Amino acid sequence: MIISILSLGGATACLFFGVLFPWMKVPIVIGLCYGLAALGVSVLMRAGQVSFGHAMYACISGYTVAFLSRSFPNADGLLLIAAGTVTSLLAAAPIGIFVVRYREIFFGMLNLALSMVLYSVLGKFYEITGGTDGLRVDRSTLAGLHFERAGYETALLVVAVFTALAFGWTVQRFFGSSAGEALAGIKTNETRLEYLGLSTRRILWNGYMISAALVGLSGALFALLQGLVTPELGYWVRSGEFIFIAILGGAAHTIGPFLGAAVFQIIQLIGAMFFAGIWKMLLGATLIAVILIAPSGLTGVLKFTRKLKDRGQSSHSIAEQS
Amino acid sequence: MNVDILLLALVDGLSYAGLLFLVALGLTLIFGVMGILNVAHGALYACGGYTAATFISWATGLGLASPPLLVAGLFLAALLVGLVLGFVLEVGLLRQVQDKDPILQLLVTFGAFLILEDVQSLIWGSAPYSASEVVTQLGTIELFGITYTTYQLLLIPLIALLVYALLQYFLRHTRIGKQIIAVTHNAEVATALGIHSSRIRLVTFVVAAMLGALGGALAAPTTSIVPGVGTDMIVLSFSVVATAGLGQITGALIAAVLIGLARSLAVYTVPELEVVVPYIIMVIVLLIRPYGLFTVAQARKI
Repeated sequence: MIISILSLGGATACLFFGVLFPWMKVPIVIGLCYGLAALGVSVLMRAGQVSFGHAMYACISGYTVAFLSRSFPNADGLLLIAAGTVTSLLAAAPIGIFVVRYREIFFGMLNLALSMVLYSVLGKFYEITGGTDGLRVDRSTLAGLHFERAGYETALLVVAVFTALAFGWTVQRFFGSSAGEALAGIKTNETRLEYLGLSTRRILWNGYMISAALVGLSGALFALLQGLVTPELGYWVRSGEFIFIAILGGAAHTIGPFLGAAVFQIIQLIGAMFFAGIWKMLLGATLIAVILIAPSGLTGVLKFTRKLKDRGQSSHSIAEQS
Repeated sequence: MNVDILLLALVDGLSYAGLLFLVALGLTLIFGVMGILNVAHGALYACGGYTAATFISWATGLGLASPPLLVAGLFLAALLVGLVLGFVLEVGLLRQVQDKDPILQLLVTFGAFLILEDVQSLIWGSAPYSASEVVTQLGTIELFGITYTTYQLLLIPLIALLVYALLQYFLRHTRIGKQIIAVTHNAEVATALGIHSSRIRLVTFVVAAMLGALGGALAAPTTSIVPGVGTDMIVLSFSVVATAGLGQITGALIAAVLIGLARSLAVYTVPELEVVVPYIIMVIVLLIRPYGLFTVAQARKI
């Protein structure tokens, strides 16, 4: 209950601040993109697996958007987002079959290796991909409507807020479903899961597809917002940032990645304002501090304080009964 | 493609493999003993490179440009960086997260890597550093009509092999080395038998950090050290370690040679694929042998 109020409040705040202070629109949408991507990464974290290359799906989706908007200048933005997401999903299916055979460090690093291959290929084949300069994405129509720059950003903000809400809710439902519980079972005890007659590879493969689609969705949104896609979109440090956000937010609830993304954006803003040269240091120090102090992230802290409160109330009622 | 190019690629590949092996060796040692994939190893490589370049420019500034002194300078840089950063990272950070999830441990080293990246740019700025003085001082060797630098043809491969031999001797025939192997096999049992395992972890980490820094120090004379070299190296040396199988020392040597040669062949034939080749090799190897070339199958724990 508290979390639904918090999510809706957060969404309203995003829209409110975005409309009231136009300069905040872009950071908010970027934050929501990061949140969606981290949501994708946190799906795999449920299964105890961390992918160090998931930014490749944002990259695949972003380049799909760029290629499509070049070939079909009249294509609608929403259609482009859908196409980007579907392409990520299609790419994740065969890659997933391969990587779900591995666990932990091998899983993380295989994803990393694949993303590095994509990153270097995009940077090298200048004629097709524009090399390290990337490709421009022209402003498209959104839901059939033409926008000027300010209106376009507002429209993207609305799209981002609603997709974030919709997918946050859907993924939370998925976590509660038997498929989602099975995914969490991979972390707890994979062998027992197999003894129950479930195929852990299949379960992880499903999770992998979901997470790739979410990261792809964020990549497509990001490409439309920036109007530019570069190989940097798929660099491994960006995958690291997604993981950072997911850890910061915690895996207890799907609101976590979005809270994490908000904090991440704030750190970045503060870093850019006051510590221009050393913002990576700030990021690293925060990551270490979170792991040392609150390894279950922001939602973990939230849950813990709520549990404490519940315990306080129940002891009260027992005292009253006696 | 003619023989000249093949020979050139061979020498380039072997000297590159030497560097790759040193870095990968550190990584695989840390994994074997501590079970941690140390992402900060890339930062150690970069710091080693920067420090070595600084030392060499000091030495040439003071007129101490004799070859043995310069090579000693490279080693000194590696020892210093390894000792200081290795100690700080292990005691200050890794010891604190010893009992946590391996993924969290990995992320802690990623955090340390980010911090060290900025520390480097604060100390050394963003200009490229190099120590090419060493290469010129050591001169060249002519072989089959092609001129090679002595540094790349002899020194790097020799140092890499020497380090390999010394490490094998250290692990098999010294007290601490044997204790390291015991901790690698089973830390709990080793502790029960009276091995001071946290001290062993510290020793291993510092030695491995020195190896990583040595890789960087030896790279400084032939390549320029710029921001971001550590990033590329960590990913590359991981692909060596994974191809060999985590914790395999001899395997790392073979995999480093394999990947080094493949990469330099690619540089001379299909330069677009240079960066991709190591990962392609790793992916192919892992497709066929899921836990690396030289790993022995382990029993599953329920």
